[in-house]
Amino acid sequence: MILYALYFALSCFGIAQLFCVYRIIVGPGVGDRILALDTMSINFIALIGLFGVTFNTSMYFEIMLLFAMVGFISTVAYAKFLLRGDVIE
Amino acid sequence: MELILEIVITAFLVIGGLFGLIGSFGLVKLPDQMTRLHAPTKAATLGVGGVLLASVLWFGFFGEHASWHELLIVIFLFLTAPITGLMIAKTNIHLTWRAEDLPDPGPDMHWATYGDSAEQSLMDMDQDSDRPKRENHF
Repeated sequence: MILYALYFALSCFGIAQLFCVYRIIVGPGVGDRILALDTMSINFIALIGLFGVTFNTSMYFEIMLLFAMVGFISTVAYAKFLLRGDVIE
Repeated sequence: MELILEIVITAFLVIGGLFGLIGSFGLVKLPDQMTRLHAPTKAATLGVGGVLLASVLWFGFFGEHASWHELLIVIFLFLTAPITGLMIAKTNIHLTWRAEDLPDPGPDMHWATYGDSAEQSLMDMDQDSDRPKRENHF
């Protein structure tokens, strides 16, 4: 039962990644693209966690934590660059 | 006991996956740049939270050993999602609207992002010449 739920959640987040890719390619503004990239990194964290459950290893925890931090900092850096024209002043 | 646990973990996985899918579908479907900000910052974060909670339960009862590591990521995501939402909303405001087009916030109030004490954007300084021009350090 858990295995089928895992497959369901994996396919859900895979389709969600495709939606994000669509918004990155089509998106009319820069803010849309930044938001889609942020959502992609968040969805990817869930995908890595589901892979960890599927293969029964806790090795993926560090990758998830690094992805969360890098995704957050890169999103803030993009927005800051658009707001101020500079990331670190 | 085992069946109840399996049902709980399955429910968390299915609900989390559905919320993640809905959050990203809102990114495609919603019409406006600002309304599009709602879906991923709320629904997708909740979906990731559900999936990671299921992962915590699964490792605790069926995996090698119990680990509370995933809860750390859930807390980090729940803390950082409003900040990214705020930064992207601020970027959208400064890129697409000017201060005169925004709705009136009420008497004796002003939009904080356009106030004198707030950070001044480079793009606004190009439009209003009365403000002091900041030196660029590109």
